[in-house]
Amino acid sequence: MNTTNNNQSQAQTSPLLGRTGEPLLTIKNLHANVNGKEILKGLDLTVRQGEIHAIMGPNGAGKSTLASVLTGNPAFEVTHGSVTFYGKDLLELSPEQRANEGIFLSFQYPVEIPGVSMVNFMRTAINEQRKYRGLDQISATDFLRLMREKKELVEMDNKLANRSVNEGFSGGEKKRNEIFQMAMLDPSLSILDETDSGLDIDALRIVANGVNKLKRPDNASIVITHYQRLLDYIIPDFVHVLYDGKIVKSGTKDLAFELEERGYDWIKQEVEETR
Amino acid sequence: MAEDILHEVTQADYKYGFTTDIETDIIPIGLNEDVVRLISAKKNEPDWLLEYRLKAYRHWTTMKMPEWAQLKIPEINYQNISYYAAPRKNAPKNLDEVDPELLNTFNKLGIPLEEQMALSGIAVDAVMDSVSVKTTFKETLAEKGIIFCSFSEAVEHHPDLVRKYMGSVVPHTDNFYAALNTAVFSDGSFVYIPKGVRCPMELSTYFRINAINTGQFERTLIIADEDSYVSYLEGCTAPMRDENQLHAAIVEIVVQKNAEVKYSTVQNWYPGDKEGKGGVYNFVTKRGLCKGDNSKLSWTQVETGSAITWKYPSCILQGDNSSAEFYSVAVTNHHQQADTGTKMIHLGKNTSSHILSKGISAGVSNNSYRGLVRVAANAENARNFSQCDSLLLGDKCGAHTFPYMEVNNDSAIVEHEATTSKINEDQIFYCNQRGISTEDAVGLIVNGYAKEVINQLPMEFAVEAQKLLQITLEGSVG
Ligand SMILES: Nc1ncnc2c1ncn2[C@@H]1O[C@H](COP(=O)(O)OP(=O)(O)OP(=O)(O)O)[C@@H](O)[C@H]1O
Ligand SMILES: [Mg+2]
Repeated sequence: MNTTNNNQSQAQTSPLLGRTGEPLLTIKNLHANVNGKEILKGLDLTVRQGEIHAIMGPNGAGKSTLASVLTGNPAFEVTHGSVTFYGKDLLELSPEQRANEGIFLSFQYPVEIPGVSMVNFMRTAINEQRKYRGLDQISATDFLRLMREKKELVEMDNKLANRSVNEGFSGGEKKRNEIFQMAMLDPSLSILDETDSGLDIDALRIVANGVNKLKRPDNASIVITHYQRLLDYIIPDFVHVLYDGKIVKSGTKDLAFELEERGYDWIKQEVEETR
Repeated sequence: MAEDILHEVTQADYKYGFTTDIETDIIPIGLNEDVVRLISAKKNEPDWLLEYRLKAYRHWTTMKMPEWAQLKIPEINYQNISYYAAPRKNAPKNLDEVDPELLNTFNKLGIPLEEQMALSGIAVDAVMDSVSVKTTFKETLAEKGIIFCSFSEAVEHHPDLVRKYMGSVVPHTDNFYAALNTAVFSDGSFVYIPKGVRCPMELSTYFRINAINTGQFERTLIIADEDSYVSYLEGCTAPMRDENQLHAAIVEIVVQKNAEVKYSTVQNWYPGDKEGKGGVYNFVTKRGLCKGDNSKLSWTQVETGSAITWKYPSCILQGDNSSAEFYSVAVTNHHQQADTGTKMIHLGKNTSSHILSKGISAGVSNNSYRGLVRVAANAENARNFSQCDSLLLGDKCGAHTFPYMEVNNDSAIVEHEATTSKINEDQIFYCNQRGISTEDAVGLIVNGYAKEVINQLPMEFAVEAQKLLQITLEGSVG
């Protein structure tokens, strides 16, 4: 099996991947820098509607960088390649346009915004999204109903929803808050960057259930994780290994078990051999 | 008579256009005793007021501009200024002639069309409409014995009150700008709330337009007699263009026994352009005297305008159990400079004061909080709490805090807390990722930061003030 994935169209033609849905996200030969240093070095990935893709890989491989680049973080510079989302050139769009197009990132390190209440923040976000899509502002009753419904979905404490965005939240509370926001904004592509880390066992189950309940045939998720455990709850259609700025191996959820057991050395070796 | 002159001066340009011969209403630039006399004569003032002006003028000539503030003030040639409200030149005739950028801001603030015209200096029926609103409003106030009129009218109709209180809180010797104002003040507002009366409305919400053309040396006197209450609003959120560079106003407030005064300001004078050219120098002396026992005074200010702000609304807590509050948001962007804060002077027993200052700096601006808390030797059980926060947008701006404390009584509890924070790129990107533009993100964060102060403002004013903060900081991040 070809594991180095230098072939741009490999992801689509791999015998593993008998896909049916419409392509949602197509990444081709993506190169990106941060502070002048190349982190992504020719990354290819296609995500279709209804799919869940897990991305695993050693620390510093570029997983969060991929999430940052997809969401338009200005600290990262794309030097090569293309990304299309629903056929649109994603790289042309501003971060907020990408968000309003339906891309959501659950941050590895959610940011605290003192003084801005969760309610105010969410209402602003929802209304921006609605404005972008040509809809009227959400009514106060609809908004409160939505808040209540989604809080229940992720079993989030009322007290958290009344506080400032992430301010003083524990690590796990922050992660749960990310999934709450995801539920509120109902994205078509969600990127979960290590949402499982920092969650206790119950919280992990609750958050994963939340993600599963939000799954629909017309949306998709990219789940970045270090642990096979999460994938017991969120069953991925594909598991990819990101190493040194590229996807070097793709498989089914069995690959996750293999990684859990064997670590990354054998993959690193395979990559070195084919160089 | 005074009213006629005022009317003539402010309306002349509109009535006749700029070719009209208005020489009789122009005083040559420069300041001397004759100019002071002329101003007084034009306003038909009584002798005692002229004498008071002259005394102030003579004192002013012995004074120097204060230099202790954290401000770079270009040299001001006081002989190069005209000290009598000259009619506005080249007033626009309709909105088409008004700076589109200004109109854009009006629209963002949601200011009604007729007010837009008035604020742009267009003389139209809309202004007349507001005059009729004013008249009915005045009747309601008159029924309760409340006096609310221009300073000139007060001098004419209530000379005893003016004479008794004018200069009793801010004496003409107080400081350089106060002396200057006393010598040449143009006009302003006068408020008297009689004993036991609760003013039924926010004074000056209806009077936004009234604030225009009061000139660069405004003077306000508010007297709240025993057991009375009034909430007073000054200024407006709309950007105020003014050709006068120098503004030196005085506000004096007297609060008698058991009375309460809330004074709110939104100051949005022209701040100059992005390169720091032009803009108003705002050198204001505001002070209230909590004269009677249990009196209460609260200052709330939202300062977004002016190239240079020098302003310390203060309270003298003379009455026993009197209390005072100072809530401030001061925003500086581009090349703006602000040195603002308060003074709380505790004299009576069991007095308390609370200071909450929120500075926001962006661009290459400089923002300083300067506050004095003084507890006199006899002021038993004085209590003060000060919170001074600074928020920085970007790393080229400056924020400074200068808290001074002079505590001369051991029973006093004086506390001071200060924080400095910064809006960082991660916060902005986090908002962006939720679909919120950078501009709106800054607005959200800044308004969250300033919330406690904004909440002190009357409702409708608060909404406008929120938008104003955001507009002022446009383009300052990202
Ligand atoms: N702002 C930055 N400045 C400099 N280097 C950066 C920056 N952000 C990321 N990097 C570097 O880019 C590389 C990839 O980082 P990235 O965060 O994408 O890794 P990751 O795969 O998400 O790792 P982890 O599993 O630890 O979360 C790392 O070497 C990291 O140090
Ligand atoms: Mg990471």
